[in-house]
Amino acid sequence: MIRPSIAAFALLLGTPLLAQQAPPTLPPSQAAPADEGLSGSVSDESDWQDLGIAIPAFATNADVPTATSAGSTGALGTALAQVITANLRNNGLFKPVGPDSLPRPAFDQIRAPAFETWSGRSAEMLVQGFVRPGDGDQLLVGCYLYDVALKQQLASAAWQVAPGDWRRAAHKCSDMVYARLSGESPFFDSRIAYIAETGPKDRRMKRLAIMDSDGANHRYLTTGQTIALTPRYSPDYKSILYLSYFNGQPRIYIYDLERNSQRLLLQSQNPLFAPRWSPDGKWVLYSMAIAGNTDIYKMPASGGAAVRLTDTPGIDIGGSFSPDGSRIVFESDRSGSQQIYVMNADGSAQKRISFIGGRAATPEWSPRGDQIAFTHITGNFRIGVMDPAGQGMRYLTDSWQDEAPTWAPNGRIIQFFRTARGSGKASLWQVDLTGRNERRLVTPVDGSDPAWGPLRP
Amino acid sequence: MAHARLTLTAAIAASLALSACASKAPKQLPPDPGAAVSTGSSQGDTSAPAPGSQADFVAQMMGQDTIYFDTDKFNVDGADQAALQAQAAWLQKYPAKRASVEGHADERGTREYNLALGERRANAAKNYLVSLGVDAGRLTTVSYGKERPVALGSDEESWAKNRRAVTITID
Repeated sequence: MIRPSIAAFALLLGTPLLAQQAPPTLPPSQAAPADEGLSGSVSDESDWQDLGIAIPAFATNADVPTATSAGSTGALGTALAQVITANLRNNGLFKPVGPDSLPRPAFDQIRAPAFETWSGRSAEMLVQGFVRPGDGDQLLVGCYLYDVALKQQLASAAWQVAPGDWRRAAHKCSDMVYARLSGESPFFDSRIAYIAETGPKDRRMKRLAIMDSDGANHRYLTTGQTIALTPRYSPDYKSILYLSYFNGQPRIYIYDLERNSQRLLLQSQNPLFAPRWSPDGKWVLYSMAIAGNTDIYKMPASGGAAVRLTDTPGIDIGGSFSPDGSRIVFESDRSGSQQIYVMNADGSAQKRISFIGGRAATPEWSPRGDQIAFTHITGNFRIGVMDPAGQGMRYLTDSWQDEAPTWAPNGRIIQFFRTARGSGKASLWQVDLTGRNERRLVTPVDGSDPAWGPLRP
Repeated sequence: MAHARLTLTAAIAASLALSACASKAPKQLPPDPGAAVSTGSSQGDTSAPAPGSQADFVAQMMGQDTIYFDTDKFNVDGADQAALQAQAAWLQKYPAKRASVEGHADERGTREYNLALGERRANAAKNYLVSLGVDAGRLTTVSYGKERPVALGSDEESWAKNRRAVTITID
């Protein structure tokens, strides 16, 4: 098994950014560069004054073969810029123009851009970079962000990556640009676990699968012989917690991604549901039904005795920890229908926070701690958010059946799955906190139960 | 920020998948639940089924192997009681037979809640069978939530058919 590593260097060659700490204001972009065509649906692009960003192919000092899937360093330079362009598109902030319609800068222009060329193309920002061989078969990728009008470098970084990790360099570069220009935390260098679905509606085959945040490096982990449901990446990305049936009984498994094996975490005569990690990865929350009554329990992730956290009659299920691990948001129908409750991590001080018509389900605490995303059911299912006190509730989506939100690592984007009426076919979608920018994340087959992992270290 | 220096060793299993979707079969998987997922009740055999078999149970019940529930509900109503009485009578005629009660929900509920709701429904059916004298040790329950609908439409009629508990005797 390869243990790839990424080394990030401060670029000694780059000019460190001192001034310009505040993100630049977004000027109106008249004569925006020609767009290459959106891959998703942007519901309300016209309201936004997107920042035009030119992302030409990364330069190289010599076009030499690499061990990557992208080909030579020259081809890799184009592929890196394409990945960055796709990342920055469709999030309501930027209007990126990629390498396919831009001239490729020379290697010595990377640190000294031809600003006139780019201002002539109405680019407000410029992302340039280089790729060249590093130690062994590794690759060195540099990434620079320039303000074209100010003719000033805003940020730079470089990473040495194993060949199989070349896309991570593009995600790191995207994160640098996104964080510098938006003032938000990065999120592109992250992964998603979900359930890949195939087959007829009455016998869907459900397989555990993982992929990068942009859908690349997709991989199936289970064969689909048994139903797999509700995966969650561990905070260190080493394993995935999920539910699988065994002889007709749902049990909780942990899939070890380093060993490519799975182990049974918990089995019981009683059905088990809704496994979740604590933010430090030391605890697992789950629900267990005894004689039709479902409660939430907590146990050490390494195994051991469980503690019961809820004891009211009804279905208590679907816990999600606050980022500091001190509280848990969960759903309960103890009042008659599904509503959202918060309790301390030891089960004390249980308090209902949602008081809305219909049913409120699948709460997920934002990694920033400021919002809780959930599924609101009034016939149709919509994704909504509210603060941890249950205030400021608002909808982000409006469709027939949108379910099970999961947060991007920066707490600004929510992923969920959308089920089509009739066919029951499910697909993965993303929406930002404004609700304006919605896009589908394309998967090889249908997808449901997405779980977004944290930013990779 | 440009001076941050970090070195990391990320465990990236996916890096193996250089060549697109290299799907690797994991080493140990739970066996296929197979026949346990028999939500249909058609055995489609023209000859008379063997007395005391699941096929016999299905034939004798004439649809009463399944009981139905209202949205979000799990109470056993009058029609359900009649069906469960027929089931109990059969089970008492064949005291060596064990049975599994499968609980299901319609697609208009969230996945995890529906798993718990299906369990609640299966349990309600089981409890009623026990109240009629069937030994609780002969009965198990399982929930498939909304994972195994019998009616495939997205309409009230289909949802009503999918909110069910099905008793399946174990041959």
